[in-house]
Amino acid sequence: MIAAAGLRKAFGPVLVLDEVSLDVPAGQCLALLGPNGAGKTTLLRVLATVTRPSAGSLRIDGVDALCDPDAARLRIGMVAHGSYVYEDLTAVENLRFWGAMAGLDTSPERLRERLQAVELDTVADDRARTFSSGMKRRLALARVTLGRPRVLLLDEPFTGLDRRAQKWLDEFLLAFKAGGGAVVLATHGFTSALAVADRAIILSGGRLVLDRPAAGLGRDELHRLYDDLIEAPPVGRP
Amino acid sequence: MTGYARRVGIVLWKDLLVERRSKESLNALFFFGLLLLFLFQFSLGSDRARLESALPGMLWLGFVLAGLLGLGRSFLAERENDCWEGLVLTAGDKSAIYLGKLAANVCVMGAVELVILLLFGLFFDVDLGRAAAGLAIILPLGTLGLAAVGTLFAAVTAQVRARELLFPVLLLPVQVPVLLATVSATQVALAGQPLGDAAPWLRLLAGADLVYLVIGILTFEFVLEG
Repeated sequence: MIAAAGLRKAFGPVLVLDEVSLDVPAGQCLALLGPNGAGKTTLLRVLATVTRPSAGSLRIDGVDALCDPDAARLRIGMVAHGSYVYEDLTAVENLRFWGAMAGLDTSPERLRERLQAVELDTVADDRARTFSSGMKRRLALARVTLGRPRVLLLDEPFTGLDRRAQKWLDEFLLAFKAGGGAVVLATHGFTSALAVADRAIILSGGRLVLDRPAAGLGRDELHRLYDDLIEAPPVGRP
Repeated sequence: MTGYARRVGIVLWKDLLVERRSKESLNALFFFGLLLLFLFQFSLGSDRARLESALPGMLWLGFVLAGLLGLGRSFLAERENDCWEGLVLTAGDKSAIYLGKLAANVCVMGAVELVILLLFGLFFDVDLGRAAAGLAIILPLGTLGLAAVGTLFAAVTAQVRARELLFPVLLLPVQVPVLLATVSATQVALAGQPLGDAAPWLRLLAGADLVYLVIGILTFEFVLEG
């Protein structure tokens, strides 16, 4: 479903991604781990076609995402750091806006149903400005599930979620995988990552330093591998 | 409704709704316009002849300065919560976003211009009824010209640190044909002369609008994807 080979991304003289290759077949979830500044968000942005890589190739659901990003974007659902929420719109208006932009069904019933799924139906007509960061994240998840993406790219999706919402997200991701979707999940939370991921990869200094099946990989072992593999950032680099 | 028109419409709806709720631009622009009128009246005094020759220029100076403030803020909402990135990720022709934003800017600027125009008539004792037919053509054309480039340049400078400085520096030189044409045509309209006397200026204005609009439509995707 996601096939990336030799991805490199440099911002001026700073190499942020260095020859990253990964394959995420349908029905799999990949946990993307690494310290701050390792290149996780950049990798997600490259996979989402927001950032163009300096070199490498990328196919999303069989589509060459670098040649035809629009076709790839139809297959991608992205929840980034910022959650794409307009503060002065209500929850339901945010969904209507992004749904219409994506050419999706934005009937009131459909929007309410999606908000109900993330337990935001009671605040559907409240402005997003009044929401907590966890509620905005749930609203972003409602936006993503409004469409029918084949690939989900999630940047720290568990941040700010309470236990109920985390459980809902776990169940949603498992169901999404069971339906043949592929997920890439960038996170610092090892426990939540291992609960849904089939594979774990670790990025350090823009390079892929570990790619292991999650089955049988305990939290403690993952922590040990992580500590062993992570290189200290060079002086002067965040 | 086609997908393209639907996307233009939803961007227009969203921008007007955000503006109506935040009232950030409208309130600031209204008071800014009022302040300008006070200053103009104070500086020009009661010399009627001097006033009449300066009126069209002052009127458009007010529109342009108010427009600069409003247009410069038109991508403010997109900078919050990575909404800009969300727009990049929407599939389809990105010029729909440009046209929706442009339409919203024209609506907001048009509303502010109407208020400034009415106050202008009141402050300087101008017979707006006599000029109404001419202004009904000149104002929309001039506003479209200002907003077409303004919306594009607001997007260009939205992600730049020195955007407040860069935006007017980029915009004003490009607006020279629009400003020349609108001020000259407004002079004809306010003098009560037939609008046909301003036909060359109106042709220049319509031509500039068309060129700016086409450039905006063709280049917005590159600006958005940066």
